[in-house]
Amino acid sequence: MKITGAKALIESMIHEGVDTIFGYPGGAIMPTFDALYDYDDKVNHILTRHEQGATHAAQGYARVSGKVGVCLVTSGPAATNAITGIADAMLDSTPLIVITGQVGAALLGTDAFQEIDVVGISQPITKWAYQIRRAEDIPWAVARAFYIARSGRPGPVVLDIAKNAQFQWFEYEYKPCTYIRSYIPVPEVNTTQIDEAVKLINSAKKPYALVGQGVVLSNAEAELKEFLEKADIPAAWTLLGASAMSYDFRLNKGFLGMHGNVSPNMKTNECDVLIAIGMRFDDRVTGDLNTYAKQAKIIHLDIDIAEINKNVKVVAPVLGSAKDTLPALTAKLNPAKHTEWIESFKVFDDQEFEKVIQREVYPTSGELTMGEVIHKISEATDNKAVVVTDVGQNQMMAARYSNYTQTRSLITSGGLGTMGFGLPAAMGAKMGAPERTVLMYSGDGGFQMTIQELGTIMQEQIGVKMIILNNHFLGMVRQWQEMFFEERYSFTKMKNPDFIAIAKAYGIDGSEISERADLDGAIADMLKDDKPYLLVANVEMKGMVYPMIPTGGSVTNILLGE
Amino acid sequence: MENTLYTITVFSENTVGLLGQITIIFTRRALNIETLSVSPSALKGIHKFTITVFTTPDVVEKVVKQIDKRVDILKAYYNTDDDLVHQEIALYKIATEKLLQQGSVEELIRKYHVRILEMNSDFVVLQKAGHYAETQQMFEELSDTVGVLQFIRSGRVAITKSKVERLSDMLDSLKKFE
Repeated sequence: MKITGAKALIESMIHEGVDTIFGYPGGAIMPTFDALYDYDDKVNHILTRHEQGATHAAQGYARVSGKVGVCLVTSGPAATNAITGIADAMLDSTPLIVITGQVGAALLGTDAFQEIDVVGISQPITKWAYQIRRAEDIPWAVARAFYIARSGRPGPVVLDIAKNAQFQWFEYEYKPCTYIRSYIPVPEVNTTQIDEAVKLINSAKKPYALVGQGVVLSNAEAELKEFLEKADIPAAWTLLGASAMSYDFRLNKGFLGMHGNVSPNMKTNECDVLIAIGMRFDDRVTGDLNTYAKQAKIIHLDIDIAEINKNVKVVAPVLGSAKDTLPALTAKLNPAKHTEWIESFKVFDDQEFEKVIQREVYPTSGELTMGEVIHKISEATDNKAVVVTDVGQNQMMAARYSNYTQTRSLITSGGLGTMGFGLPAAMGAKMGAPERTVLMYSGDGGFQMTIQELGTIMQEQIGVKMIILNNHFLGMVRQWQEMFFEERYSFTKMKNPDFIAIAKAYGIDGSEISERADLDGAIADMLKDDKPYLLVANVEMKGMVYPMIPTGGSVTNILLGE
Repeated sequence: MENTLYTITVFSENTVGLLGQITIIFTRRALNIETLSVSPSALKGIHKFTITVFTTPDVVEKVVKQIDKRVDILKAYYNTDDDLVHQEIALYKIATEKLLQQGSVEELIRKYHVRILEMNSDFVVLQKAGHYAETQQMFEELSDTVGVLQFIRSGRVAITKSKVERLSDMLDSLKKFE
């Protein structure tokens, strides 16, 4: 059947299971948008208010659903606006396809209107970037793009499609991609590596597991639980590994890293065998590498061989998908009990509760704190909501004080740390999991970076519950200024607009609170239905996120505040 | 840690933009590529890059893994000079008059195993193949004596001494997926 390239692009995406696209039309992508007009019944296109918003929305959608997020934007400035989301997806291994329009092939390289070298710009921040100049390459390129984005360690793919290719008619036939000879997405499980790791774990007195997003990406949450339970191994999670284990799981010992819990960090330097599962030893997790887990024999399970020995030298790499490697390990493990070792975490947990959590989550006097707002909302949602965060104090507080009972429940910009991620990502998350309550925590700074997406929420009536933890500061930077820059608050104080009035202008309901006594009522009002809602919580201006491991410090060098 | 000269060999599909994908991996780590040579390999449709770089064992390992990770790269690996038979080729353009004034052309040819590619009343083009040190020594000698009008040296090409042919083995092992 002969169809246009534009139509072929949409047909190809439908073939790959796409039913939701986040986009923004413009000159070089107009033929495709024109074709999209006839697919109203099959494809739900969400018009965002900015291309960055489209990418983050697609990321939120992908991360909550496990599907590939898709963006459709035009050339030039649209493509450059999408770059932040593409980079974010690269660092956080999110399956994302960004389709950018491009000037006609005849104009390429002439500095034509809205022409930019998208492939060149995006190459360092994509798994694959490809320019389509002829309609007949569209099915092949789309098939390959989806295969690459979702297989192995997922990531972003950019397809840059010249305008002439969208107009061209050609004989359309779709063949999904299942194999690329130069690309081995999932290494085969190696029995020797499994045996080596099993030997170490079986002889361990103080085994300890670090859980990363790899477990979530490979849907290996159940396999992880079996593995940990059989050998009685306590485990902690990275920011992106949050919610891979339920908060009340006996062996879940908490959050790792700079603002993580005390015991998981302390125990890193006490365990004898450290089992890293689908995590990449980010500097926010390891602190100073020269003092990191030096006493431990380290086992590293990862799907990406380039992660092995990248930051931390390991004695036993285990390549493969956690979905395959975890059961292979579990099958050969001796059942064990490490009661004393597991109980030894408690002294640090108690210390953290007393020094940090008590004040942050259960204050009885003083101003409203970020922690108590988050804790109350987590409880009010039965710990079942999807928590989407922006970046900074709100992010660390939300990660720490939300409880997770289901997987894929914390959607946050981990690697890139993109302020402005929260609001659009939450929209996408709600589209990807409409049956779940989606909370969005942001600071007053980050919210204003992508505040225009309130327009998208209004138009599509996306039932996102937005919470601004408003301290009238760029809080995390302010915290660092207080701690490391002699309280010189250089350009971190913010005069904010009336957020409620802004929401109202978009037809979004909301309330603003400053008093503890008003918190429960406001939360109940927010959660009373499935409509979008903005809750502005005016929290203490100089709140601090503790515990804190200063940059480059050892994981045992933990500050707990005054 | 001391820097060693590593030779990185990359086999890739023949697609647009691969050189850029490879070089940005070096740029990001502020690594200077010493030499670079690209050509079709013995296997149809597969291109071969030979790159030399001074760095540490730790860095070269990471760089090669990052290159290998790119979707269109078939195989990347690295060697030190001990593992390789390697060669570079250099061309020297010299004024004919100067060369003849110098005296014995025969001596030069015997000493450096030089070939003459072109000769006319204005200039002579000499070619020498060898290791970097050898082509460099001849360049320096000619510069000090007759002067060199133009000089160009190719990137390194290299062949491993190992009995294992890594790419062919890999392609064989992939057959089961096809």
